[in-house]
Amino acid sequence: MTEVQTDQNQVRSSREDDDIIQIKEMHKWYGEFHVLKNINLSVKKGERIVICGPSGSGKSTLIRCINRLEEHQKGKIIVDGIELTGDLKHIELIRKEVGMVFQHFNLFPHLTNLENCALAPIWVRKMPRKEAEEIGMNFLERVKIPEQARKFPGQLSGGQQQRVAIARSLCMNPKIMLFDEPTSALDPEMIAEVLDVMVELAEEGMTMLCVTHEMGFAKRVADSVIFMDGGEVIESNEPNEFFNNPKSDRTKLFLSQILAH
Amino acid sequence: MAENVSQDEGKTLSHLWRNKESRAVIIQIVTLVVILIFIGLILRNISINLKAIGKDFNFDFLFIPAGYDITFQPILDYSPEDNHLWAGVIGIVNTLLVAISGIILATILGFTLGVLRLSSNWLINKMSYVFLEFTRNVPLLLHILFVHAIITHTLPIPKNAISLNDTFFLTNRAIYLPEPIFESGFWLTAVAFFAAIVFIYYFKIWAKKTQDETGQIYPVFWISVAALFGAPIIIFLVSGSPLSWGIPVLKGFNFKGGLAIRPEFIALWLALSYYTATYIAEIVRGGILAISYGQTEAASALGLRKNRVLQLILIPQTLRIIIPPLTSQYLNLTKNSSLAIAIGYMDVVATIGGISLMQTGKEVETMLIVLLTYLFFSLLISAIMNFFNRKIRFKER
Ligand SMILES: Nc1ncnc2c1ncn2[C@@H]1O[C@H](COP(=O)(O)OP(=O)(O)O)[C@@H](O)[C@H]1O
Ligand SMILES: [Mg+2]
Repeated sequence: MTEVQTDQNQVRSSREDDDIIQIKEMHKWYGEFHVLKNINLSVKKGERIVICGPSGSGKSTLIRCINRLEEHQKGKIIVDGIELTGDLKHIELIRKEVGMVFQHFNLFPHLTNLENCALAPIWVRKMPRKEAEEIGMNFLERVKIPEQARKFPGQLSGGQQQRVAIARSLCMNPKIMLFDEPTSALDPEMIAEVLDVMVELAEEGMTMLCVTHEMGFAKRVADSVIFMDGGEVIESNEPNEFFNNPKSDRTKLFLSQILAH
Repeated sequence: MAENVSQDEGKTLSHLWRNKESRAVIIQIVTLVVILIFIGLILRNISINLKAIGKDFNFDFLFIPAGYDITFQPILDYSPEDNHLWAGVIGIVNTLLVAISGIILATILGFTLGVLRLSSNWLINKMSYVFLEFTRNVPLLLHILFVHAIITHTLPIPKNAISLNDTFFLTNRAIYLPEPIFESGFWLTAVAFFAAIVFIYYFKIWAKKTQDETGQIYPVFWISVAALFGAPIIIFLVSGSPLSWGIPVLKGFNFKGGLAIRPEFIALWLALSYYTATYIAEIVRGGILAISYGQTEAASALGLRKNRVLQLILIPQTLRIIIPPLTSQYLNLTKNSSLAIAIGYMDVVATIGGISLMQTGKEVETMLIVLLTYLFFSLLISAIMNFFNRKIRFKER
């Protein structure tokens, strides 16, 4: 039994492409400003990772590098076996596989919620409209707002809009979902409805990278929690260890600050 | 019983007043009646006063010979023996000509300047900013006089014309261009052009239907461009290039042949265009800035390419913002074209509302014609722009 396990682990580590995301010695600058410093991170298929850290520490920048909304200057990022370079073909392939949810939803206000969902399947996956709308309806049901399909985003509450945004991403059938503080712009009473959807998604085995300060969510679903500060990964651990036994002083300070609230 | 009815009536009346919709209707009717009474009083006043000085209100003067010259009549022919009505028509055509060409040029310049203003290149950004601020803070009339003065004072007399390749001639009398001369088979090319437009219209509908049903995406834009230019060009060449150019030549003191564009027209056209363009630039800039960068990011993150992000996300939202203020700039340009009189461009104000008025003394009638002309053009522009506006709205649903 133990032998088999070590065997498997050996296979894993030797077959690096088992990691769906690999980031190696990655650096990013904004002009002179060194925003990400030597980031190393690998994410396995189905793994759920929560990223936290003080504001301005580079969390958004890091996950935006994964779908090339930001360009890195040094090191490697390999997503689903494809290396992210300036090659537009690669960027296109990766963006098809990676969904992203933003703090401010970024729904398209001139399209109905259903059209928001069907847009990318129609124009990127080249699906017939009917099929794309069926998929859209399907995911709007999964996030529990099928009745809002024909309305415009502006007619919904913040929590509902964020759920449409999640559905919109899921319609592309992504292998990886990135969340950038998905609940930070929401009123407290709406946070739960969005987190519920995210927990469900995690339980279905979606690979997720989630920037959030919702520590309850981290404890419940995360496989590991990453703490960033000043553009560096300071600490990375499984949630129990991370919260109960933080190693670095900066992590302790940060945890004491957010848990004080 | 009778008492009952009157009670009911009282009820309905007060009910009508309390109901929001019927109250709005009542208020509108009352307002309309008041306005009509007011207009009626003015008209009565005018006709009494006209009678007192021995004038009557009629349009008979339109049919007597105008007797004055119109220097710029590029489309319709006119001579002083023609009547005031025809002189007015020439004026209206001139107004229309400068308004339409002004709207086209102002739109092109305005969109270009608006985009330049967003440039991250410091020099381009600041230069366009300085140009916009300078232009907008000087009255339009001065711009018109300024451009007119440049043309008439800096360009040479026809004898010493500045010649560009011996086909274009710049003089202070006019700018002479080659004139297209359409030969017998040219109508085929024209037909090809309109056929291409019809084709594009139906091709778009077909392409959308096909995409909805099968998911297949056609390069609609490029096929449309190819059809619009390719079809007329091919037919033109196949039918033996039935078009030649009449080159202007100097004969005596002036040029003969070719198209002569008068300095009045050029000055008015350029000044109206770049002045209005500065306002359009701000509208375009504002329209683009109003759409958050998050829209582009979200669309890109979904895997949409740059051109699709523009087509599906940015352009529809920008147009929705800029069309209403753009309409009012087009209206402004049209109305501002009445400054033509300052440099002697013979528009509707200078002809029927100017010389005809002074010759016949028909102030009320001529001004009414001028007024109705502008009103008609303004309503026309509004109607066209509303049509576009509704079209984009409709697409969104
Ligand atoms: N486009 C940009 N240009 C220059 N600096 C930026 C830009 N975007 C973010 N930054 C800076 O990079 C740092 C990291 O930002 P970000 O990744 O958004 O932090 P976080 O999401 O952890 O709050 C911040 O100091 C921020 O000011
Ligand atoms: Mg952030």
